[in-house]
Amino acid sequence: MACNLQTVFIPRGKLLAPTETMFSRRSIGFGLQSPAESIAAWSASVVCAVASHETMTRGAPVVGLDTLINTRRSPPLHERTEKGKEVSTGKFGRFGGKYVPETLMTCLSELEVEFNLVLHDAKFQAELATALKDYVGRETPLYFAQRLTNHYRNSNGVGPEIYLKREDLNHGGAHKINNAIAQAMLAKRIGRKSIVAATGAGQHGVATAAACAKLGLECTIFMGSLDMERQSSNVILMKHLGAQVKSVDGNFKDANSEAIRDWVGNLETSYYLSGTAVGPHPCPSMVREFQSVIGRETRKQAMEKWGGKPDVLVACVGSGSNALGLFHEFLRDEDVRMIGVEAAGLGLDSGRHSATLARGEVGVYHGAMSYLLQDEEGQIIGPHSIGVGLEYPGVSPELSFLKDTKRAEFYTVTDQEAIDAFQRVCRLEGIFPALEASHALAFLEKLCPNLPNGTKVVVNCSGRGDKDAATVFKYIQEQDSQMD
Amino acid sequence: MALTLKATCFMQLKKKSQENLLLPPISQRFTTSIKTFKPPMATLSSVSTVGLSETFTRLKRQGKVAFIPYITAGDPDLSTTAEALKVLDSCGSDIIELGVPYSDPLADGPVIQAAATRALARGANFNKIILMLKEVVPQLSCPIALFSYYNPILKHGVEKFMSTVKNVGVHGLVVPDVPLEETEILRKEAVKKKIELVLLTTPTTPTNRMKAIVEASEGYVYLVSSVGVTGTRGFVSERVQTLLQDIKEATSKPVAVGFGISKPEHVKQLTEWGADGVIVGSAIVKLLGEAKSPEEGLKELEIFTKSLISALP
Repeated sequence: MACNLQTVFIPRGKLLAPTETMFSRRSIGFGLQSPAESIAAWSASVVCAVASHETMTRGAPVVGLDTLINTRRSPPLHERTEKGKEVSTGKFGRFGGKYVPETLMTCLSELEVEFNLVLHDAKFQAELATALKDYVGRETPLYFAQRLTNHYRNSNGVGPEIYLKREDLNHGGAHKINNAIAQAMLAKRIGRKSIVAATGAGQHGVATAAACAKLGLECTIFMGSLDMERQSSNVILMKHLGAQVKSVDGNFKDANSEAIRDWVGNLETSYYLSGTAVGPHPCPSMVREFQSVIGRETRKQAMEKWGGKPDVLVACVGSGSNALGLFHEFLRDEDVRMIGVEAAGLGLDSGRHSATLARGEVGVYHGAMSYLLQDEEGQIIGPHSIGVGLEYPGVSPELSFLKDTKRAEFYTVTDQEAIDAFQRVCRLEGIFPALEASHALAFLEKLCPNLPNGTKVVVNCSGRGDKDAATVFKYIQEQDSQMD
Repeated sequence: MALTLKATCFMQLKKKSQENLLLPPISQRFTTSIKTFKPPMATLSSVSTVGLSETFTRLKRQGKVAFIPYITAGDPDLSTTAEALKVLDSCGSDIIELGVPYSDPLADGPVIQAAATRALARGANFNKIILMLKEVVPQLSCPIALFSYYNPILKHGVEKFMSTVKNVGVHGLVVPDVPLEETEILRKEAVKKKIELVLLTTPTTPTNRMKAIVEASEGYVYLVSSVGVTGTRGFVSERVQTLLQDIKEATSKPVAVGFGISKPEHVKQLTEWGADGVIVGSAIVKLLGEAKSPEEGLKELEIFTKSLISALP
């Protein structure tokens, strides 16, 4: 069941390097290739980047696809921790890694070891499966959106078929719980009594608080003061679930920095529960792994429904957890197209957006090398989106890698387009998507006219929009009053 | 930024010490600082050519322990930083760590975070800091080590960053969010430009890893005294004593202890335990940043620094 976490893929396609110093010995790039070639080459050369001092000079061996499949459960290459356990460097090409204060390094290695253990632990997996089924409410439906499909039919009556993966129907109202419950169980297993997490829109906070309540763990959630105002219903919910909510000046990026600092100070007693696929290794891999239940279910459901695979996958991208959750299962399926949709906010040229992959540059942030929104000094820019959960200046290193290798495509959608999509889906399907997911749904407007008849499009409806009803209402009111 | 600080609030005894730049007497040294004063030192070849390791070598010969203060550049403003550097130098600091303010300092507690925020709000940026250093470094007798997070270095380009800082006379660099595994690029460029890249080891670092770190560290080894971010603490953990012993078994390089050191008692304790240097950050940053006025801050800085240095052998 588990994907090989330690497998790091280095393509033989062109790597974009903004500065020469980015181009480490571990990266190989010769000339542009078509996406299909890239995938083929990339599947065929699986390289684990090992950065320990001695082995860097020896270079990294290449492992074939067969070996990849057969060794899915064990890392091909590794460093050894003090206790002789195997850990990897957590690189996706040049992205990822562990750029954190030295104090955290050992903790991260130990976390990775524990994580590998649970992936192979049948008892843990069985408990997790039960929790996902009975507590979270999985499997979530793969829902055929008839009226949306009709909406995208052209004048000749042809168009793609739109399916929504209903992560909004999870307990808590978003996909966040998939990861939160799994990591909380992991934390409990390793004996931690208290969990610390940061949340943007509050969905991860709610999910974590819920999981902690269920497992009897103490819970502290850091949330940006601006976000607390915008998503106040989630704040109240977290408190009801027993969490201590600590306000941090600013928004999610500031809350996340503070959560990491708190973690550094309480390494032995508390567990930092990352909500999204960013941060130092193994956090991005852990989150992706626990979210990849979305993609696995989708494959199974697609087979049941139409006897095939999805043709196009669409997901919104804040930091990447729901996108990777849907995409990861299909990475090696060359015929499955992947589209991530970021927040263009008030427009890409306005400077008020959160489109990291569209407008960011590669740098190091919150422990990982990835694309990020930074100014000319390398200071981090505060982003904006009406989808609060999309507001993050960084992005998952794995998504950065998928962008560079052209395995996935990334586009953007403005606040206005997201609001329009929210209303459209409400009216056409009686489903109220979160504003974050509305970004993915908004992109259908641009995508569908270009798709052949019968293309199967699966959109990850990553959350439900109760929390956003007031925001949308206010936005529309303000628009109407401006027009008057 | 104009150097508008008037130096009327602290003592101004001009001494011949300005000429004895290479071997400054540790006891009283005072410098005059007036905004339009172009110090005669500029005409001497007075750029401190002594690096971090050499400073420690000299101090060891003299049986002394290094005092290494840390301040954030640009808090409350760059001209005060310039004066603070001079004050710290004249009070007898052996090395000064100068922090480059960053929007998301993961390793820093509230005091240094606030300092960075204030500095950035006042418009401090890398170029302005370099300009300030260009003027001030020739007036200092002790070497400067820059303290910067990795992203701003990457953004400027590692090679360019190293050249730029070398050109203004910086001797060392500390980057708190780059683990040993990722330091290769930094170390390569640092060695080329003869900048000493100081690495950090912590109470959570296992022995084998600690050995690799101290092997690779240059200038000195930065021992983080506690598990957490920067910020003053009530006492220095006893673990530091054991950690110091372990490190000294692994290397003969000098070890300086930082994070949480804020009182003469701490300084004394660390000296007894065998530290080769003590690093004081938040306590000093707080003084400067929260003072009623820059002048007040500099005055308090002088008093505080002297009290700490007097606890050293």
